[in-house]
Amino acid sequence: MFHWLEKNPFFFAVGVFVVIAYAGVVTVLPDFMNSARPVVGTKPYTVLQLAGRHVYIKDSCNACHSQLIRPFKSETDRYGMYSLSGEYAYDRPFLWGSKRTGPDLMRVGNYRTTDWHEHHMLDPLSVVPGSIMPSYKHMFSNVADVETAYAEALTVKKVFNVPYDEKGMPKLGTYDEATKMALAEAKPIVDDMKNPEVKEAFARGEIKEIVAIIAYLNSLK
Amino acid sequence: MQSSNMINYDYSVAKCFAIATIVFGIVGMAIGVLIAFQMAYPELNYLAGEYSTFGRLRPLHTDAVIFGFILSGVWSTWYYIGQRVLKVSMAESPFLMFMGKLHFWLYIVGVAVVVVTLFMGITTSKEYAEFEWPIDIVIVLIWVIWGMGIFGLIGIRREKTLYISIWYFIATFLGVAMLYLFNNMAVPTYFVAGLGKWYHSVSMYAGTNDAMVQWWYGHNAVAFVFTVPIIAMVYYFLPKESGQPVFSYKLSLLSFWGLMFVYLWAGGHHLLYSTVPDWVQTMGSIFSVVLILPSWGSAINMLLTMKGEWGQLKSNPLIKFMILASTFYMFSTIEGPIQAIKSVNALAHFTDWIPGHVHDGTLGWVGFMIIASLLHMAPRMFKREIYSKKLLEAQFWIQTTGIVLYFSSMWIAGITQGMMWRAADQYGNLAYSFIDTVNVLHPYYTIRGVGGLLYLVGFFMFSYNFYKTMTASKAIEEEPQSASPMAA
Ligand code: HEC
Repeated sequence: MFHWLEKNPFFFAVGVFVVIAYAGVVTVLPDFMNSARPVVGTKPYTVLQLAGRHVYIKDSCNACHSQLIRPFKSETDRYGMYSLSGEYAYDRPFLWGSKRTGPDLMRVGNYRTTDWHEHHMLDPLSVVPGSIMPSYKHMFSNVADVETAYAEALTVKKVFNVPYDEKGMPKLGTYDEATKMALAEAKPIVDDMKNPEVKEAFARGEIKEIVAIIAYLNSLK
Repeated sequence: MQSSNMINYDYSVAKCFAIATIVFGIVGMAIGVLIAFQMAYPELNYLAGEYSTFGRLRPLHTDAVIFGFILSGVWSTWYYIGQRVLKVSMAESPFLMFMGKLHFWLYIVGVAVVVVTLFMGITTSKEYAEFEWPIDIVIVLIWVIWGMGIFGLIGIRREKTLYISIWYFIATFLGVAMLYLFNNMAVPTYFVAGLGKWYHSVSMYAGTNDAMVQWWYGHNAVAFVFTVPIIAMVYYFLPKESGQPVFSYKLSLLSFWGLMFVYLWAGGHHLLYSTVPDWVQTMGSIFSVVLILPSWGSAINMLLTMKGEWGQLKSNPLIKFMILASTFYMFSTIEGPIQAIKSVNALAHFTDWIPGHVHDGTLGWVGFMIIASLLHMAPRMFKREIYSKKLLEAQFWIQTTGIVLYFSSMWIAGITQGMMWRAADQYGNLAYSFIDTVNVLHPYYTIRGVGGLLYLVGFFMFSYNFYKTMTASKAIEEEPQSASPMAA
């Protein structure tokens, strides 16, 4: 019955394309605008938090951790309130993950502190015996890339109208202003930390990756 | 089929890709074994400083096996099957020869860049779409070159009717092109802001939308890389190797269009109980179950092709590989829909049952089909018999044992973990802390590592066998009609 099609590669290809393409259109498009709307109170990440988010992505924490709390009692008991679509409105990319080798981190800022993270990232086993999470010593020597984080924030502000610099929202400003703000935001975190290398670097005006990622983890609420 | 002997097919590109398949297979699987053992023995994270931590290696593993091993296998078989079923040699067109070689070398460059950048942690974080925009551009270029090769060859074909395998290759080309383009839409930040890393970009989609597009992609990347082109292989190589005609032409038609129609709807099953709209989740669930029909249609068509010829299973190890592959295909296409049922998914999602499911498909179905296809091609490309049947038999059992260890340990691990996460004590409080649910998995992680190691050992045996076939095996005069000749 389809013999004709099998002799006409062009129409065959068009047929295949139509059949596979429209499912995507029908599933993704209808709720697109709705899903993009932020929940009241959700704010875009500060430049320092974004830099930390980049560290999170660089080391693929999302390969072992989810950021999606499903609406079950067992999950809300363990991790807190279940996730709402609008809470992710500024997450580019989304970091829901697909595997929970470690616990969900969607609201880890509610129950872990800078001090805890510092020890845990350096040596998870010393904090949680039996942990199989790798240690991230290199974050204590690598410098966070605030410049790229700023570039990203500026890009989403310009291209996607993310409300930086609006009332009640994080301030972005110029690159110089942004680096100053990032340092100011990093200061209390560094103060809470013990690692001398991190503190010395900070005194020189350098923000280590560990400081940025802790700022990010603390912002997850 | 007589005329096929008169055309002098040119396999130079197919050979290049066959070798790439083997090299990337070894690399990708070795990394896989390493990260599997990291789960059981975390000290293995520090073999090479930050570059060997699980987070860096995991994308390298998935991308090396998907885009290295499997795609090379797909392309090797394309450059072999394409000419033969279209009854035209690549040597007849200098342009197509050139495009084929360009395809290969550009691809090798692309892979090299990918390996370096992933080690460095340059990633977009999206699974199987980790590459930043400059690499994406190279990938699009490679894809377009392949497309020109396909349609170029079709353009000068002698056989007017497109054989079933060609349908599947065309679908692979179109499907991946569409999915890849849309999922990787991003804005390079340097061009907007004038600062920061030049290769960095930010996704066009945010949050829930990003997740929806990603899993529309992620699920269908499985469709169009792990399923569609592998079906192209089985439709060609099983009838060829066994000398049996395909059981039912109608069934192949039905399965093809069914698969095309249904697959693309099922992506929602990756997002059950998430924040994507409920109806998308429900559609994902329902279509996943419907997907059993076209999947089993193809598989049953393959098994019935062997009707009355089951003796070949004993005499010919390549048939054994292909039949077990089809069986694993049936297995994983029933397991997948089960996991897509909402109540099952509530338990299975985020657990090790999911990687378990992926691997009975990839190791059993995809891996075995590629291995069998390459070994079927080898005597015809190199004009030598397969080096050792004994080695092949041993490899079959070692790898099969490996797969069984892999999926059975991950079943137990996944279900155990899922049950422990939700277990409550008599007062309704959570019964286990998270770390309890990690520690209990240690034995299963070890077994899984051993399973993976066995599969890798088998793959080394295959590589050796292939290499010897290429270089040292007994020459054959005439191309074999069906069963591939092999030395004991
Ligand atoms: C190999 C998998 C793996 C990777 C990769 C990984 N983790 Fe973990 N993580 C775990 C496991 C397992 C636990 C639970 C045991 C523990 O607390 O150490 C955990 C626990 C945590 C916790 C404690 C959460 C809580 O509720 O107690 C935090 C925070 C964390 N990880 C952050 C990170 C960050 C940040 C990264 C990336 C730099 C990362 N993890 C990468 C496996 C991993």
